[in-house]
Amino acid sequence: MSERVVELEILRYDPDQGEAPHFQTYSVPCREDWVVLDAINYIKDELDRTLSYRWSCHMAVCGSCGMVINGEPALACHAFVRDYPDKIRVEPLHNFPVERDLVVNMDDFIGKLTSVKPWLIAKDPKTIDEGAYRQSKAELSVFKQYTACINCLLCYSACPQYALNDAFVGPAALALAHRYNQDSRDVGRSARQDVVASNPGIWECSFVGACSEVCPKSVDPAAAIQQSKIASTGDYFLDFLMPWRNKSAQSGNDE
Amino acid sequence: MSRPYIRPVSRTGWWLAQPRYVRYMLREISSLFIGGYMLIMITGLYRLSQGPQEYAAFLTALLGPAGVAYALVTLVFAAYHTYTWFIVTPKAMPLVIAGKRVPGPLIVAAHWLGFAVVSVALWLLMTAGGA
Amino acid sequence: MGRSHKPIVWGLFAAGGTVAAFVLPMLILITGTGVGLGLVPESTLQYDNLRALLTHSLTRLVVFGVLFLMLWHAAHRLRITAHDLGVRADTLVATVVYAAAGLGSLLLALALIAI
Repeated sequence: MSERVVELEILRYDPDQGEAPHFQTYSVPCREDWVVLDAINYIKDELDRTLSYRWSCHMAVCGSCGMVINGEPALACHAFVRDYPDKIRVEPLHNFPVERDLVVNMDDFIGKLTSVKPWLIAKDPKTIDEGAYRQSKAELSVFKQYTACINCLLCYSACPQYALNDAFVGPAALALAHRYNQDSRDVGRSARQDVVASNPGIWECSFVGACSEVCPKSVDPAAAIQQSKIASTGDYFLDFLMPWRNKSAQSGNDE
Repeated sequence: MSRPYIRPVSRTGWWLAQPRYVRYMLREISSLFIGGYMLIMITGLYRLSQGPQEYAAFLTALLGPAGVAYALVTLVFAAYHTYTWFIVTPKAMPLVIAGKRVPGPLIVAAHWLGFAVVSVALWLLMTAGGA
Repeated sequence: MGRSHKPIVWGLFAAGGTVAAFVLPMLILITGTGVGLGLVPESTLQYDNLRALLTHSLTRLVVFGVLFLMLWHAAHRLRITAHDLGVRADTLVATVVYAAAGLGSLLLALALIAI
């Protein structure tokens, strides 16, 4: 199998040194079928054991190996070396604090994800013995694409509004809120709206669309957010015209 | 003890980092020219309500080199606005007919067809009086 | 977190953006560039022709709706653009652009009533 020597410029950051990050270049003999993650693993195994990065499944399922590769957020396990020139620049995801080398701190995202209650809120919760919540294929197709999110954070790395405003709830969390709101078995929309329809929620999005362009699972968070804006605008005017509408929805949810 | 590095973000120049951000900025900047054009049109209608002489002075300015140049630039931005608006419509308003998602390109094509109809109608309506 | 009041201005933005997408290129071609480039009959923009077009009150209502929505569309997007270009005084920017749109709307209504 043919090999090609590729120069990998990797952003290094050591919090104990107290210095700004710098690029370190490694020459890696890459095989034809390698992805960037293979090249980074080669560095770790053969050249420099101090390099820190996250990975797990090597098949675009776990969402751990999100990095910025030649300026574009991508999964390192999904980026074939043969599609890149002889120099590949690898940086940690943008818009997150860098803990060490390619490892970022994702606490902010986890907090925001939790805040939109991304789980099924059923009207009549069932025990496991009572069986599954049933749903037709047509009902599933309404939201299926949004279930594909693997929390890889490429969308947050690509989103300029998240870069400019720390408070923005952001693409993946809002897309997952939309996923449950669209689920026929779910009644939690009004509970989620307190975060989703707030100023740092959907209204901080200006539809740049970069999130959807970089998403490796074709989730299309930008579409989810626009649909939420339209639905929330409808709510707003209906609540204004019929003030009792919102109250009954909320009390129904508190039970 | 965590001592993370926070990378600085340029508040004014971030959009120069990627072509997709530049395209976004061009789309957004259209608002400056479209807003200005609306003010011109409102001024025109206001002059029209004042009388023939006032309106004639406005028309001279509108059809002068500066007026036509501004309108040309706004036309380009307006066309770009139309292009970008239609292309995202299937995302913002997905259409399901008989349990099947209508393909996005079909929705976009339908919008362009509507655009053609509206444009022809507007043309006929506004130029008919002079023919 | 409280629910946002942005649906008011966003609703106008979205409605105006849709109207602009369909109407504006041809409207500019006729009113702005067409006559100068010789594409549109010169009589189109003459006083008598436009007054005749605007005699019917339904036409005036439609003209008001179309221009009003496009004006608010532009105002709201301009507010976002200012933020994107680094102007962080959002309350001030919002006040200025919405006040301008409000004044423009008022002037537009007065003009159409007077015609």
